[in-house]
Amino acid sequence: MTAAAPIIELRDVNKWYGEFHVLKDVTLEVAKGEKVVVCGPSGSGKSTMIRCINRLEEHQSGRIVVDGIALGDDLKAIDAVRRRVGMVFQSFNLFPHLTVLENLTLAPVKVAGIAPKDAQATAMALLERVRIPEQASKFPGQLSGGQQQRVAIARALCLKPAVMLFDEPTSALDPEMVGEVLDVMSSLAAEGMTMICVTHEMAFARAVADTMVFMDEGRVVEIAPPSQFFDSPANERTRRFLGKIIGK
Amino acid sequence: MTTAAAWAKKNLFGSPANTVLTLLGLALLWQVVPPFVGWALIHASWGAGTPESCRQAGGACWTLLAERHRLMLFGLYPYEQHWRPFLAMLLFVALLAISSQRRCWRPWLGALWAAAVVLIGVLMWGGVLGLATVETAQWGGLPLTLVIAVLAIVIAFPMSIVLALGRRSQLPAIKAVSVGYIELVRGLPLVSVLFMASVMFPLFLPEGITIDKALRALVGMTLFTAAYLAEAVRGGLQAIPKGQFEAADALGLGYWQTMRLIILPQALRLVIPPIVNQFITCFKDTSLVTIVGLYDLLAATKASLNDPAWRPFFVEGYLAAALVYFCFCFFMSRYSQWLERELAKGSR
Repeated sequence: MTAAAPIIELRDVNKWYGEFHVLKDVTLEVAKGEKVVVCGPSGSGKSTMIRCINRLEEHQSGRIVVDGIALGDDLKAIDAVRRRVGMVFQSFNLFPHLTVLENLTLAPVKVAGIAPKDAQATAMALLERVRIPEQASKFPGQLSGGQQQRVAIARALCLKPAVMLFDEPTSALDPEMVGEVLDVMSSLAAEGMTMICVTHEMAFARAVADTMVFMDEGRVVEIAPPSQFFDSPANERTRRFLGKIIGK
Repeated sequence: MTTAAAWAKKNLFGSPANTVLTLLGLALLWQVVPPFVGWALIHASWGAGTPESCRQAGGACWTLLAERHRLMLFGLYPYEQHWRPFLAMLLFVALLAISSQRRCWRPWLGALWAAAVVLIGVLMWGGVLGLATVETAQWGGLPLTLVIAVLAIVIAFPMSIVLALGRRSQLPAIKAVSVGYIELVRGLPLVSVLFMASVMFPLFLPEGITIDKALRALVGMTLFTAAYLAEAVRGGLQAIPKGQFEAADALGLGYWQTMRLIILPQALRLVIPPIVNQFITCFKDTSLVTIVGLYDLLAATKASLNDPAWRPFFVEGYLAAALVYFCFCFFMSRYSQWLERELAKGSR
């Protein structure tokens, strides 16, 4: 446990889709600057969990606190949390009718009330950072998948979030484009961003993560630093899962 | 010449069946085209004249149009005031031409519309600036058709967006009202909506209060068109992937911002064909206002044929009216195709 209060705290979070119990007493703390990689078999509730953190999904019991703001039905609190949390989706979800630059400046101008000129300057700086400034005036449909996902990362960074959530950011990409997206994520991690990534890129996880989280059937089964997680996993199910995906 | 021959051989006489079809087609054209050309052009009578001179010429009586076009175009509007609906018509056409340009899609266009509608109203109605008052009961012909069709479309379109959003709303009351409205109106024939607007509605008004007949017909057309358009718009809303809503949510956009900036621009683009379909239907359905006693273009054409001397030449009159309808509808159809291409530029 770190001394400072965690920036994200989930305590005994439960969620049901109708009869189906997706999240079972999920408890997780993320410190400022910590990089957490969440893995687990499909249907284990990883995506649902991180989508609860910015209230794309609502939880039915337990507590979720983001940067001191408790998530509930209070719409103001939800807006405040969304301002602090950036999200990158598996299928990019760029706005196809807007140019890359417009995708980046939309929220700063319309939500945060930043002057269009300043928003554009910030957006261009971010496009430099994800190494595609030359695509600013193109439409998303004209870019490759890897480029689109890098634009999506830049878009999420535009509101200067305190936390970034990545929901399987490389799963929809052609294999040769995975690297460019992971590179951007690694450099973001190196700059000290707090990150929660749902991913099966284990080499990335080993290199970047401070903490590994393994989920199965809606439960957090194991939380451990990567060295321990990969080399001597405590739980039998973690071992079986790792065995399958890295072939140990 | 050899290429033409080769083309004909390949496409017209490629097989015995094709040869038979080609010959049949040619025979049909031979039966139809020369008589039509003879009637419509060669033996036709043009320019000023009388029904008698037409009968002697033996062909189409375009003289009817020369003699009666004022009645066909402007209906019962006082004859010496015809320049007013004529100007109003030109204003409408200019307004539509301006609105169709993409570079004119700016906030001032709304103001221009408001100003133009007021100006057209003043021209048609009069009563100010020394213009004689002309009651809407005397309006008629193409200007009436344009006023009802254009205003019904322009008012129904935003209404339909609100209805479509309402039908997808999470709030039960709003959803119920939208569904109820759409299903009720779609369950009625337009004729009965117009009848209700013009016959039944006044029964519910306190005595002494009357609402203009043309206005009631306009409201009827608008309410009817909005219900159908709402379903077309809803189709577009449903085609937008969930991820677009989620991305907007994650960025902190509110409901109306999400709809206005993200969802509707994509959804409306998808449903241009059915929307324009409904616009065209609405334009042509204005001819039904004749049943509540208004003289739209078609009714005015019919009225101009009331004179027994001209009645034999009804084909020419209806052909001319059909041509006017066709011009407007064809323009809408071509414009929608251009718009689809224009809006798809770059984005795919």
